[in-house]
Amino acid sequence: MNTTQTGSVRFEGVVKKYGAVTALKKLDLSIDPGKLVTLLGPSGCGKTTTLRLIAGLEMATEGRIHIGGEDVTHLTATYRKVSMVFQSYALFPHMTVRENVAYGLTVKAVPKAEAAEKAEEGLELVGLAGFGDRLPSELSGGQQQRVAVARAIVLEPEVLLLDEPLSNLDAKLRRHVREEIRQIQQRLGLTAVYVTHDQEEAMAVSDSIIVMNKAEIAQIGTPSDLYEAPSSAFIADFIGDANLVPCDIESSAQGSATVIMNGQRLSIPSDAVSKGPARLVLRPHALKIAAPDQPGLSGEISYAAYLGKEIQYTVETAVGSLFVISPVQANSFAQGDSVSIGISETDARLVSA
Amino acid sequence: MKNTVLIWLAIGLASFILLPWHMTEDGLLEASWISDGVASTGLFASLSGQWWLAPAGLALMGALILHFTIPEPVKRARLMLATAIAGLALIALQGLIIVRAGPRVFESLLTSEIAMAGQPGMGAGAGICALALLFVATISISQSGKGQGDSFVVSTIGLIVALVAIFVFFPVIHILVRAFEVDGGYSLTEFFPRFFSSDIWGLGCLIGGRSCGVGINSLFLGVMTGAGTTLLGLSFALIFTRTDFRAKRLLRVLTVLPIITPPFVIGLALILLFGRAGTVTEFFADLLGWEQTRWLYGFWGIYFAQMLSFTPIAFLVLIGVVQGVSPSMEEASQTLDADRWQTFRFVSLPLMRPGLANAFLLGFIESLADFGNPLVLGGGYSVLSTEIYFAIVGAVADPAKAAILAIALLSLTLTAFMAQRIWLGKKSYATITGKADSGQNARLNPVLRVVCYATAIPWAALTVVVYSMIVFGSFVKLWGYNHSFTFDHYIRAFGIDFTNGRFSGVAWDSYFTTLTISSVAAPLTALVGLSTAYLLVRQKFVGKDAFEFSTMLSFAIPGTVIGVSYIMAFNFPPIELTGTSIILIIVFVFRNMPVGVRGGIAAMSQLDKSLDEASITLGANSFTTVRRVILPLMGPAILAALTYSFVRAITSVSAVIFLVSAKHNMATSFIVGRVENGEFGIAIAYSAVLIITMLAAILILQLLVGTRRLRRSDRIQKPA
Repeated sequence: MNTTQTGSVRFEGVVKKYGAVTALKKLDLSIDPGKLVTLLGPSGCGKTTTLRLIAGLEMATEGRIHIGGEDVTHLTATYRKVSMVFQSYALFPHMTVRENVAYGLTVKAVPKAEAAEKAEEGLELVGLAGFGDRLPSELSGGQQQRVAVARAIVLEPEVLLLDEPLSNLDAKLRRHVREEIRQIQQRLGLTAVYVTHDQEEAMAVSDSIIVMNKAEIAQIGTPSDLYEAPSSAFIADFIGDANLVPCDIESSAQGSATVIMNGQRLSIPSDAVSKGPARLVLRPHALKIAAPDQPGLSGEISYAAYLGKEIQYTVETAVGSLFVISPVQANSFAQGDSVSIGISETDARLVSA
Repeated sequence: MKNTVLIWLAIGLASFILLPWHMTEDGLLEASWISDGVASTGLFASLSGQWWLAPAGLALMGALILHFTIPEPVKRARLMLATAIAGLALIALQGLIIVRAGPRVFESLLTSEIAMAGQPGMGAGAGICALALLFVATISISQSGKGQGDSFVVSTIGLIVALVAIFVFFPVIHILVRAFEVDGGYSLTEFFPRFFSSDIWGLGCLIGGRSCGVGINSLFLGVMTGAGTTLLGLSFALIFTRTDFRAKRLLRVLTVLPIITPPFVIGLALILLFGRAGTVTEFFADLLGWEQTRWLYGFWGIYFAQMLSFTPIAFLVLIGVVQGVSPSMEEASQTLDADRWQTFRFVSLPLMRPGLANAFLLGFIESLADFGNPLVLGGGYSVLSTEIYFAIVGAVADPAKAAILAIALLSLTLTAFMAQRIWLGKKSYATITGKADSGQNARLNPVLRVVCYATAIPWAALTVVVYSMIVFGSFVKLWGYNHSFTFDHYIRAFGIDFTNGRFSGVAWDSYFTTLTISSVAAPLTALVGLSTAYLLVRQKFVGKDAFEFSTMLSFAIPGTVIGVSYIMAFNFPPIELTGTSIILIIVFVFRNMPVGVRGGIAAMSQLDKSLDEASITLGANSFTTVRRVILPLMGPAILAALTYSFVRAITSVSAVIFLVSAKHNMATSFIVGRVENGEFGIAIAYSAVLIITMLAAILILQLLVGTRRLRRSDRIQKPA
């Protein structure tokens, strides 16, 4: 199966309101063909609304939506060349797997034999060849999910939409299925928009992530952009764990800034920033826990959790409680111990207060 | 979608040019209207003097021209919409103004002889033209908006709104108008004294001596029945859900009985038991020397019959309510050291309160609307529903009085209906969470259990006796006088003369009519009800609340009121239907529609909405989605809607009794006629046959529709 025309998606000033409630504030975004882009955010942030606007299941209150260069703002879902994989799979329970996969083709009046053939190809692609005669209820959750994917891609859509496709699978299966989805997407060169609230899942599958918060885009970037250079405290906290510590920017030079935190002067990699209060992003892995006589921020361990490969500490310090993850070593610490926390300046980041 | 508009325009124009505009004497299938010449078609009639018919054709032509001349789609759709609506309005206007007796309104403007001669009711031509214009309008609406519109959805909404307007609101408005009528004129000042007269609202019975007004009688009966059925229903429901009573399945049967019982049958059976010559009456008369009285004919008789008829309905409602009280609430109460009585009194009962109020209002409405039992047992105790009937068919026909009584009845039921929706609608303690609740309901407190058993068991026994009377009574020669076994009643009613193969029994005609009309009405009811449910559950549109309210409204309109309003509204042009079988079908469709809607809503809410969305994103339109995804998954709901509307059509009497004609008589009105003549045997025999027919129909429908069982694992909506 070769997908010939995969399309771009472009939003221009799209607003969505439900009565008085604004679900999306003036959204501009652009998704390049052939990329898998994730919409990530806490529940109620507008990510599913964005997806449904692309699908045509919701209509924009204001603004324009383009798919594959064509203005589709007023087209309903029936007439848009996108297909969608649903959270609940939404397989038709009264049709066999083959009928399900062929459904989109048969409603378009594709001849029966051709539809069946393409459905078989689709099933093969997701590794379910030979399951065509079963009913969806006779498949496992992971298999049902793959049928839903096959059903969506046999239509050769310009854009494939996935709405939290893994949330009904158990944790172990989740990693396996998300790899498969990513592989199929890359092999076919599909444009895909993927909604999830799980940041690990988003980082694992995406070319690029659009983080949304409170009906707006918070930041767009590759997974490493978001982790390495969070644009706000929200992103820093949402993408991976982070300790956010208040600090003051003293001066800013090319590529780095001098900040004062708890009386300590630190040099943090940064673009040009203005003087004044800010917050320091300290990743738990980048903090070194050591005996109290070592240099660093002194504190006392209020909680320690042994997790096998690592130990998680909560340390009370002068700048608040810090979350520290450290590998299991011979000289580990226990609750109540006084410690010193070493900060690696090159791993720290600055965000606005 | 462009083609759909063209098809409807073509159909409309063809019917305007080729079909008779007005109703023809012999019906459409008889060819006489062809041989009479083209004179009757809309086109010819409007050219030969009946100029008021022209707008229909002109609107269709106009829309056609607009369709081909205006390139800009939104502007074209808006202009076509305006044209179609203007056409519809003019068709309605000419129909209402130029009636058989000539123009009454605008008399000075329409003085031509042809106009004064009037016109018969609208026929096939008019109907199809109007339908075509309606669809042109709805398709235009779907194309003139911001893309959300789907022509199938908009057209369905338009059609249902039009049907409800014509067959629910139009007749009810007619009744309102008639109530203000005084000697050919209309008077507002006359209405109020007549509406508030002591004949209706008098309280004489409280002071003593005189009798109360019919309105007060109905109200009193309704409150008593509502309260009584709720209490009895609750005690049945408690036994059913909170005890390990052995014969629970037998109790379940009770819930089916009222559905398959024609409304007056309970009254009939009571006469056989407690009437002046009834078995029980005679037994006590012999034993204790009591006088054989006619106590049954009056308030107590009706009350008794209604309690028997409507307790199962309350039971059915309250099973759900009692089961809805989450076991974990009761367990929580018990772990907090409350005993079983305290748990029931302070936790379970308050949680059930909205459900109890609902059951009460339901019993209240059913009692007010009940026509069969008061008709059979009424005696000196007159209630609104029967008084309306006697005002129409009695010695002195007084339609204005019937209209006023109908308004009195309607205002009572509507008040209860509104109370139920406004007050209870917001006050739901639904404690079913969707999470598996593994706890156990608290068992009943011993005193309460004894009370429940002591009331419910004798009552259930009485119900069994009453129903066995229906079978038994039909085999007895003359009840109370000659108890010898006989098949006479069946032979008289359902005899077949095998020598010439004719159905010689007196009941066959009405029996076949009933079956035919019910089988036509049932699928139509299911269709209208389920499409309405689909629109309500799955579509968003402006005015959805008002739409839902108006479709549920006919539930609150008592059958007698519907019957009266139909003969007032459809006896004259523009829509002349009385005496036909069509009016019977229509009355069933719109009376039973709310049940189809409710059932459809319940079933459709079980279907995950993402199934529709999946179908639509895969490129199917709404119509295909309904046909290929929703309908196949709605099997049980379709079955329920079909069964219910079929059975209701067979058992209905209140509305039907006004609308039957010699040619189209229905089983129930035939039976009522026999009862009025004192021919109880044949009436009972016929009722027994009806009940068996309905049971058979239910079984057959179950076999036909219910064979395809689906695995339901995916169908339960997942909590978001």
